Amino acid sequence: MASSLIAGRPARRRGALVGLGYLAPALLFYVILLLVPFFRSVYVSFTTWDGISPKEWVGLDNYRSILESEQYRDAFLHAFVLIGFYAFLTMAVALVLVGILGSTKIRGMVVLRTALFLPYVVTPVVTGVAWRWLLAPDGPVNGALRAVGLDGWARAWLGDFAWSLPSIGMIGTWMLLGLALVLLIAGVQRIPPDLYEAARLDGAGAVREFFAVTLPGVRGEVAVVTVLSVTASLRNFDLVYVTTQGGPGTSTEVPSYLVYQQAFFVGDLGLAAAMGVLLTLLILLLTLVILRPWRKG
Amino acid sequence: MKTTRTHTAVGQLVVTCAAALAVVPLLGVVIMSLAAPGTTDSTVRAGGSLHFGNFADVWELADLGKALGTSFTISLSATVLTVLLAVPAGYALALFRFPLRNLLFVVLLTGLMLPNESLVIPLYFDFREIGLADNLLGVILVETALGLAFGSFWMRSFFRDVPAELVDAGKVDGANSFVILTRLLLPTAVPQLLALVVLSFVWSWNDLLVPLVMLSGGREVTAPMSLAAFQGQYTTDYAYLAAAALLTALPVVAVYIALQRSFAHGITSGAIKG
Repeated sequence: MASSLIAGRPARRRGALVGLGYLAPALLFYVILLLVPFFRSVYVSFTTWDGISPKEWVGLDNYRSILESEQYRDAFLHAFVLIGFYAFLTMAVALVLVGILGSTKIRGMVVLRTALFLPYVVTPVVTGVAWRWLLAPDGPVNGALRAVGLDGWARAWLGDFAWSLPSIGMIGTWMLLGLALVLLIAGVQRIPPDLYEAARLDGAGAVREFFAVTLPGVRGEVAVVTVLSVTASLRNFDLVYVTTQGGPGTSTEVPSYLVYQQAFFVGDLGLAAAMGVLLTLLILLLTLVILRPWRKG
Repeated sequence: MKTTRTHTAVGQLVVTCAAALAVVPLLGVVIMSLAAPGTTDSTVRAGGSLHFGNFADVWELADLGKALGTSFTISLSATVLTVLLAVPAGYALALFRFPLRNLLFVVLLTGLMLPNESLVIPLYFDFREIGLADNLLGVILVETALGLAFGSFWMRSFFRDVPAELVDAGKVDGANSFVILTRLLLPTAVPQLLALVVLSFVWSWNDLLVPLVMLSGGREVTAPMSLAAFQGQYTTDYAYLAAAALLTALPVVAVYIALQRSFAHGITSGAIKG
């Protein structure tokens, strides 16, 4: 921890002012462009508003309609299905891979890491366009399935009522797996090697070694990746917008997409704002829950 | 020893396969972008001639030159503004004492979790009142604000780790806090600054929702918006779509690859520091 810049009482008061001065521009931006709009969203969520006529206070009515409508409830349900893919499936696969890797040094990690991060960096709209092609009825994925004799599996992935949501989930897993893997590998490499040696001397097998040494050693990384991927799964407007637009039917409607659709196509701004507020609360709640055990340690 | 060597080989294979899984779909897009225009059956065929003209075609059809220019204007301005605001903010939060400092930090940190979805409605209607809707400046301001929470947090963790002697040496020499920041501290912050630059650039380039709403009047279009609209018109013309997608992603991928060390540094250590 570096020392504070200015000591002595009169000087300290001046230091406080200087400090606030450095912080003020950022704070001003932040308050005017994020905090105020957020609280105005909260206010709009308690009203009925079409963007033209004056807002009309309706209390919790918008929230009630969201909870009472099967379509909107389903949208939140879909969000949880996507969390399963983006966060849990990604983490499960990454942990299995890291379990296999253990503490082995990987050669060419700089190049491999660049490749692994790429899906996370590429513009989500581009990712969506790419996967719409890859998953098209006679696209490469189905082509590969047919080539190995799995014709029965080939289908219009994104146009299928049962498969469109899992397909979007799998795209999410693709976007995040490399990121999870790189972060976990970095975590494993920070584990002191003598912990592995001690486990081996105790006669621990690969599985016990994983649960006794590797997993506790990467707890922090697991928490960070989970927060990043849960947030990504809830803020996937771009991907839904370019792949399915919520369809077929309502099978891939998610809160993030409904906010946009309700606000700028249906024109029900109160309901859209309520949906956005619920989405925010969900993100805040899940982040706190995920980081809780980590903070304690 | 033999087991260790097999282990290394398996590990190498696992990571290489994972990396291939990440890259192969994107390489597919590169190959598809060179297929004959009007290829609607979406199959990649070996041996056909390569149609580099696709890039020129979509450049015209989707007006990509203008869209890419717009995206550059937004991303570069937002990145510069984010750095200019986040550096002093992180400096203040790490090295100065003032009332409510910790509270202000927590409030700023909450910004990391505010989704764009919860902001765009009031922002659009308020910006329309003051002429900032359908205006690049409006998008630049919002993208800057969205990057600031991470930026301030990121620079704060850098300034916290600065050795106390460095700051003290400056004070002994009678330097004021601005000189200490610009002459002593910032020259050692280049990796952190580059990480912030690449992350801000990538985030503001990739965002769709904010520009889609803020620029809904149609006068200005960003590259991702243009690609999404292009897909609406050329639904199954996969060669054209792949070419347009590639041009849209190229600038972020180039910035990312050029600064990939900084990016990895930002992602791996930034998120994990408390």
